[in-house]
Amino acid sequence: MSMPYYVAPEQVMKDRAEYAQKGIARGRSLVATTYDAGIVIVAENPSRSLHKISEIYDRIAFGGVGKYNEYDQLRVAGVRHADTKGYAYSREDVDARSLANLYAQYLGNVFTHEMKPLEVEILVAELGHAGQPDQLYHIAYEGTITDEDHFAVLGGDAETINERVAASWQEGWDLAAALKAATAALAGPDRTLAPADLEVATLSRGNGRRSFRRVPDEELAQLLA
Amino acid sequence: MDGPDQQRAARDGVAPVPLAAHATTVVALRYADGVVMAGDRRATAGNIIAHRAMEKVFPADRFSAVAIAGSAGMAVEMVRLFQVQLEHYEKVEGSTLSLEGKANQLAQMVRQHLPMAMQGFVVVPLFAGYDTARGTGRIFSYDATGGHYEDTDFQATGSGGRDARSTIKLGWREGLSQDDAVELAIQSLYEAADEDSATGGPDLVRGIYPLIAVVDAEGYRAVPEDEVAERFGALIARARADRAEQSGSTS
Repeated sequence: MSMPYYVAPEQVMKDRAEYAQKGIARGRSLVATTYDAGIVIVAENPSRSLHKISEIYDRIAFGGVGKYNEYDQLRVAGVRHADTKGYAYSREDVDARSLANLYAQYLGNVFTHEMKPLEVEILVAELGHAGQPDQLYHIAYEGTITDEDHFAVLGGDAETINERVAASWQEGWDLAAALKAATAALAGPDRTLAPADLEVATLSRGNGRRSFRRVPDEELAQLLA
Repeated sequence: MDGPDQQRAARDGVAPVPLAAHATTVVALRYADGVVMAGDRRATAGNIIAHRAMEKVFPADRFSAVAIAGSAGMAVEMVRLFQVQLEHYEKVEGSTLSLEGKANQLAQMVRQHLPMAMQGFVVVPLFAGYDTARGTGRIFSYDATGGHYEDTDFQATGSGGRDARSTIKLGWREGLSQDDAVELAIQSLYEAADEDSATGGPDLVRGIYPLIAVVDAEGYRAVPEDEVAERFGALIARARADRAEQSGSTS
């Protein structure tokens, strides 16, 4: 009988992290930022049917990068969690913090206990109400959760894109300005992104109870012009 | 809504066989661009008025409305679950159910409720909406077993449903304008409240009026309360003038 090799836990974690990072880096990135009427989320995504950005609840949106089947599973679990909670208690009791915690715990568990970590990064965005600020929760593949007040960047090239967004970010800018800056940050200096390459959605205070809305291509072209 | 059926059942120890809801009038009628749905506001418990401002017409989602007759607590709960299910489907799948799909979903919920209906807690919804694929308004009515039937032009349910239906039947024609359809709905509820003790009429003292909703290509919207009040006011003024004229001519 052969004895299993001893592998130091540090090494196991390092290998898993590397594996997840590689998987995430293969996909394209996503930027979310606040603007004067709410939150806008911009993702580089040429598909019109396989979404990276989705509605979770009245004031909550979901963004995922990395492996589609993995983050889509998390999205559906989030919708179920929110709808069940809102039905059992009240719509106002559904909040992004609890959902983000749930995702963080799940991702953390999978990272430490399973063979293969999930190759995803998740964004949970919540439109503030009753004087509360807008919230952006960024959850990494190993369950690390960070909350941002102004903007969040997910994906392989996050660091560089983050610097670009930080350089142009302004308090209370309008949708067109936020969109242009986010698109430019995603594209970098050497590329330009057309509306057909982007998936854009907003959580906007003017949209009624369900504040999530996808921005269609024609409108996007006008905003980016 | 504890009628003689239930009292007899309690005495004899057998389950009553409920055939129809005991109170309420809710109506739906198709017009040129969509559907109008309306319902009275009265909830009864036996011979007592339990609630004067109950809502019986709800948006099911953006393009459909559901109205309820029957056991109030369970009916409202059924609507709440129905609304959640439609929205849940829409979010998970990324597309909305067809109008027929929504009607079937509601039928399943009514069917699941059958054991409770056999014990006297009947829920009979009325479902109507704008079919975005066909570009027309459609109406579905239900029975306590979950059987659902599409009605081509109009339908009413609840204890005053028969009176309301007769009124609509006399005034309905193909291609009604929205204005005329709302007026006809108001008239039908007025007549139902006139004949049926469990249907509430316009409450001029408290300013409580039936709820009227319109669903068309723009989606669901409730007719503003002051417009409903105004229309009822005009209807009552007309009825008074008619009576005055009649008594004047006979004396």
